[in-house]
Amino acid sequence: MPFPLAHCIHQVLAPDGKLVGAAPDLPADQLFAMYRWMVYGRLYSDRMVALQRQGRIGTFGPLNGQEAASVGLAWPLQPADWLVGSYRELLSYMVKGVSPLALAETYRGYVGDGYALDAHCLPYQIVLATQVLHAVGIAMGMQYDGKPDVVVGVCGDGATSEGDFNEALNFAGVFKAPIVFVVQNNGWAISVPRRQQTAAEYIAHRGPAFGMPGYVVDGNDVLAVYQVVQDAVARARAGDGPTLIEALTYRLGAHTTADDPKKYRLDDELGEWTARDPLPRFRTYLMNQNLLDPTADERLHEAIAAELQSLVETLEAQPPQDAADLFDLVYAERTPQLNRQRADLLAELGRE
Amino acid sequence: MPRMTLVEAVNHALAQELERDRRVRVFGEDVGKNGGVFRVTDGLQARFGEDRVFDTPLAESGIIGTAVGMAVYGLRPVAEIQFAGFTFVAFNQIVSQAARLRYRSGGLLSVPLVIRAPFGGGVRTPELHSDSVEALFMHAQGIKVVIPSSPYDAKGLLHAAVEDPDPVLFLEHMKLYRSFRQEVPSERYTLPLGQAAVAREGDAVSVFAYGAMLHVALQAAEQVAQEDGASVEVVDLRTISPLDEECIAQSVSKTGRAVVVHEAARAGGVGAEVIAVINERCLYSLLKPVERVTNPDMPFPLPSVEDTFLPNPARVAAAIRRTLEP
Repeated sequence: MPFPLAHCIHQVLAPDGKLVGAAPDLPADQLFAMYRWMVYGRLYSDRMVALQRQGRIGTFGPLNGQEAASVGLAWPLQPADWLVGSYRELLSYMVKGVSPLALAETYRGYVGDGYALDAHCLPYQIVLATQVLHAVGIAMGMQYDGKPDVVVGVCGDGATSEGDFNEALNFAGVFKAPIVFVVQNNGWAISVPRRQQTAAEYIAHRGPAFGMPGYVVDGNDVLAVYQVVQDAVARARAGDGPTLIEALTYRLGAHTTADDPKKYRLDDELGEWTARDPLPRFRTYLMNQNLLDPTADERLHEAIAAELQSLVETLEAQPPQDAADLFDLVYAERTPQLNRQRADLLAELGRE
Repeated sequence: MPRMTLVEAVNHALAQELERDRRVRVFGEDVGKNGGVFRVTDGLQARFGEDRVFDTPLAESGIIGTAVGMAVYGLRPVAEIQFAGFTFVAFNQIVSQAARLRYRSGGLLSVPLVIRAPFGGGVRTPELHSDSVEALFMHAQGIKVVIPSSPYDAKGLLHAAVEDPDPVLFLEHMKLYRSFRQEVPSERYTLPLGQAAVAREGDAVSVFAYGAMLHVALQAAEQVAQEDGASVEVVDLRTISPLDEECIAQSVSKTGRAVVVHEAARAGGVGAEVIAVINERCLYSLLKPVERVTNPDMPFPLPSVEDTFLPNPARVAAAIRRTLEP
């Protein structure tokens, strides 16, 4: 067999923050930046949930617990690389260059035109697993152009049951596309546990089945995720084809603000994973390395909270979405039908 | 000017697109060495290489999903679905993704993708190979649906489809692939998407059809004209989404009578939309109720009964005559 099954879970930091593997060679400012994004993700998610509870935005899917996987998987990417994920990958998108405000706008019901095109992210996916095929198509385009660029395609454990996920792995394998698949296995697809998605021990075992290596990584260990994805990105960039990575993590919050996990999740499990929270783990490591101290950490939290406050103010100060503009987003040019329907709406609104 | 079948015209158009623009890539099941199960892509891989024209795994959703990615990246994919009946497997990728990405991205991204698929009855295919699925995609937003009825139109419309910045579903009727030849210019030309064409002028009744049914409509029109002396207009819709409402309204305003012919099932079909257009734009011109000649609302007919179910000239002629009754 060209690609052996993954037998161990790659880990650099133990849950208590102690170094148990070789740390990646990252300068202090990058380690701090990683931590900053992780804290930002947690606080952003909490703020968005609070806004939803106050009726100020629509349904939101918190990302709490997945900050290490989210940041680690995006960190190895260069500007020309693409990152394609679903609504759980908001923090990865921010790391890649999509503005947090643009993402918040979509949750306030605006069309998603705030994405920076040069961030190279597709609109976060709603119909799960479909995005992984788009990611493969982008990678096939890069390959066709002879570019040294790569794609990271991300989905959750639930999405791996979809046909599109398996078709994506298959196309990537057959065409040797420069792509890294990352599955954020957070244990739950809304209320359905991972063991009801697949009888396999690991999702990563599907890698060898599709002719590519499959790795399992501790998804709550940002350094381990970074390392595994970085290696896979290097392989893809060198023309050595795709890799499947399964990041074992946990959704500490609800699926979305419309979900109540108390209905299906055991307290024991939540407690067990709270003890493996990626944030304190990395914080302890940074403090042990003298890269962070409690005062600096407090200042960081305050700075981010202020940043989020200003983001919310900007978000809420925006004029409402102009319904008339939407008619221009269906085709490059409005069809005669859309022209008439737009005129009808404007007349009804007394605007023409 | 060369005389081409519809297969040859499409092949010719694809070759010219591949020649003209390196961003164009043609792919699907069996389109490479085999040249497609209908030979539509015959010789293209040999001429343009495996990078430009290639076979994919047998997975329709995979074909369209990767095509969406390539299109977003900046290529001009021309993907083949071997039979339109198999688009069901790729429905999500076509409707919620390819067609919708412009909207989902607030207009930042577009999907210039052509999906070619053969369809249509009368050629004794196995089940689900002949299905007329066009109305399903007519109801989707953000995709255009084009159905040529002749080699000349097929070439001009396909060039326009590849040029179009939005996804286009290009449905090729299997019965027309080799049924007749027509003079087709060798040079590249485009026919505008969204425009119907008057295939036969008349002033007593308008018959609307597309694909192979255009020819059934033309035969019926000729029969009624010869036997009853009635002047029958036949309109080839050519693009069913967006429909050429102007052309429909103009024709019916002139004739006051209308028949719609399609081989897809009736409910929620193209005929229903044509009638709605007539209702909205020229109801008071109507002298008689509009007739629909279609397959019944049942799965597409199996080969042993397709001649019974598919609209034929006699059935269309009878419908035309009903509209002409005083």
